[in-house]
Amino acid sequence: MAKEFLEGNFAMAEAAVRAGVEAYFGYPITPQTEILEWMSHRMPELKRAFLQAESEVAAINMVYGAACTGARVMSSSSSPGVSLMMEGLSYIAGTEVPAVLIDVVRGGPGLGNIAPSQGDYNQLVHGGGHGDYHPIVLAPASVQEAIDLTVLAFDLAEKYRNICIVMADGSIGQMMEPAELPEMRPLRTITPDWAVDGCLNRPQRILTSILIDPTLEEIYNHKILDTWYRIQENEIRYKEYYLDDAEYVVIGFGTAGRIALTAVRNARLEGIKVGLFRPISVSPFPFPQLEELIKTTQGFLVTEMNTGQMLEDVRMAVKGRVPIEFYARVGGIVPYPDEILGEIRRLVHEPKSPGGDPRRRWMQRLKDGVITLS
Amino acid sequence: MDTPVQTEIQTVYIRPASLSHTPSHYCPGCTHGIAHRLIAEVMDEMDIRERTIGVAPVGCSVFAYNYFDFDWVEAAHGRAPAMATGIKRVLPDRFVFTYQGDGDLASIGMSEIMHVAGRGENITTFFINNAIYGMTGGQMAPTTLPGQKTTSSPHGRDVETMGYPLHMAEVLSKWDGAGYIVRRSLHDPKNIRLAKKAIRTAFEVQKRGLGFSMVELLSTCPTNWGVSAQEALTWLVEHMIPVYPLEDFKVTSGLDGFRA
Repeated sequence: MAKEFLEGNFAMAEAAVRAGVEAYFGYPITPQTEILEWMSHRMPELKRAFLQAESEVAAINMVYGAACTGARVMSSSSSPGVSLMMEGLSYIAGTEVPAVLIDVVRGGPGLGNIAPSQGDYNQLVHGGGHGDYHPIVLAPASVQEAIDLTVLAFDLAEKYRNICIVMADGSIGQMMEPAELPEMRPLRTITPDWAVDGCLNRPQRILTSILIDPTLEEIYNHKILDTWYRIQENEIRYKEYYLDDAEYVVIGFGTAGRIALTAVRNARLEGIKVGLFRPISVSPFPFPQLEELIKTTQGFLVTEMNTGQMLEDVRMAVKGRVPIEFYARVGGIVPYPDEILGEIRRLVHEPKSPGGDPRRRWMQRLKDGVITLS
Repeated sequence: MDTPVQTEIQTVYIRPASLSHTPSHYCPGCTHGIAHRLIAEVMDEMDIRERTIGVAPVGCSVFAYNYFDFDWVEAAHGRAPAMATGIKRVLPDRFVFTYQGDGDLASIGMSEIMHVAGRGENITTFFINNAIYGMTGGQMAPTTLPGQKTTSSPHGRDVETMGYPLHMAEVLSKWDGAGYIVRRSLHDPKNIRLAKKAIRTAFEVQKRGLGFSMVELLSTCPTNWGVSAQEALTWLVEHMIPVYPLEDFKVTSGLDGFRA
């Protein structure tokens, strides 16, 4: 397939189609409505299921129902809609059925705005729905990666009978850039041996998230934790840039990571030995890789489009052994590369702060006027 | 050789194949068991056991699937119609039904039931209306009668502050997508037979692709009503039926010629 000039939302939708998605259920919400619109004509054209649900609550429960039949199924939404889906996601996790969700994150909390943000990190990576479960969360930094990760999401969801979320942001969803779509895959022909599809010539099957006997629920919790450990062992994904001789490392995912790459390149032109570590799977988080980086790094700069939700995971990995600084634009603002470049210079040239709270220092610099927001 | 006396033995009552061999956890005098059996009998008669998927609710019938012998899923509270929609859209040739109580369907699941009917989704809903929350211990439901005492309306449902009972069959029958919407009661043999005919008809509507079908079944909850099993049947007749009349609210013309 040749490269085309593709919009992120459209590209993710078509990637899902080509990955063999059999049913899409969604509800319009900016900045991802193009996914729903594309599916509304593409799915019926291919004689697959499309339905605009009455709410995100209904959409995710339709996904839940279809997933129970063993179908490849997905929804897409943006932050406030994903909040509404948390109930359904917990039930899906409690039933161990595979499902794919695309979250094109926007500024919050509350109604917030429709500009790009990474404020859903915690609700996606660290739960959101009730109970103990871990979704796989993949964060693309380009339209091409959004395509590739959407396809991968279905495979991972089915391999582990786990929720897999593509966490994009408004800019990934809305921007256009050259990218290549995959070949159309044939549709699934095999029905999994757990699927509920009518008990023709076989015993009854029940799919439920109830385990009323706590001793059984405890065993189930152990089981999905075991699955999660398998996912941690096998599905960590990340990208490294200029790390071979790097003394300093910027850590950022998705759009923030991509912007940081420009800043890193410009810093290299100034002779600063800095690299970029960009987690692609923010869940499972690349803890082992950070553990390695700590051995050679004199300082980390974490940059996000939220107030430091991933920063907490980085701090947990680093455990105070290497100085960390933090820089963010939030509420729907996307940083310029020069803002991050300025922070790289500060990290390198100013005295290091090995302990303390990097986020508080960032806020203090804002209050003191050391950082001027552009 | 002597010819043995011919005795004709006819089986007139048997556990339907669609029901499983499970002792009931429902309270004495509760009509869930009757509703379960009627659904199972109809499924046996239509020979659809192996092509049917039930969607269980949250409430007393949360474990409904334990009493049946075919495929089930268990929905979140109120979401059974959405879950059933997801199933039906990917398996349009299967029979899909939800089994929901009044709290599940008329309170927390109001949005989902409204829209499944509005879409004319080809599923069937069995709506158990006993005017109270059973599983959580007798709280006020959307269908609780004016003046009815519950554990959350201890002085009786005051319509000024707690609102009026909701008439779901009446409302849903107004949607163009509804193919068959009726209310029946499970309080005596005659009405039980009528309820079975309605269940049979509702499945027929789904079989013919005629839109959303719902049978609302007035049911008893002696435990939470605080009466005996026998008194509950009388209470249903005297108090519920005047508020919830047993009528056909919508019968699609596509059923012409069909007799349950």
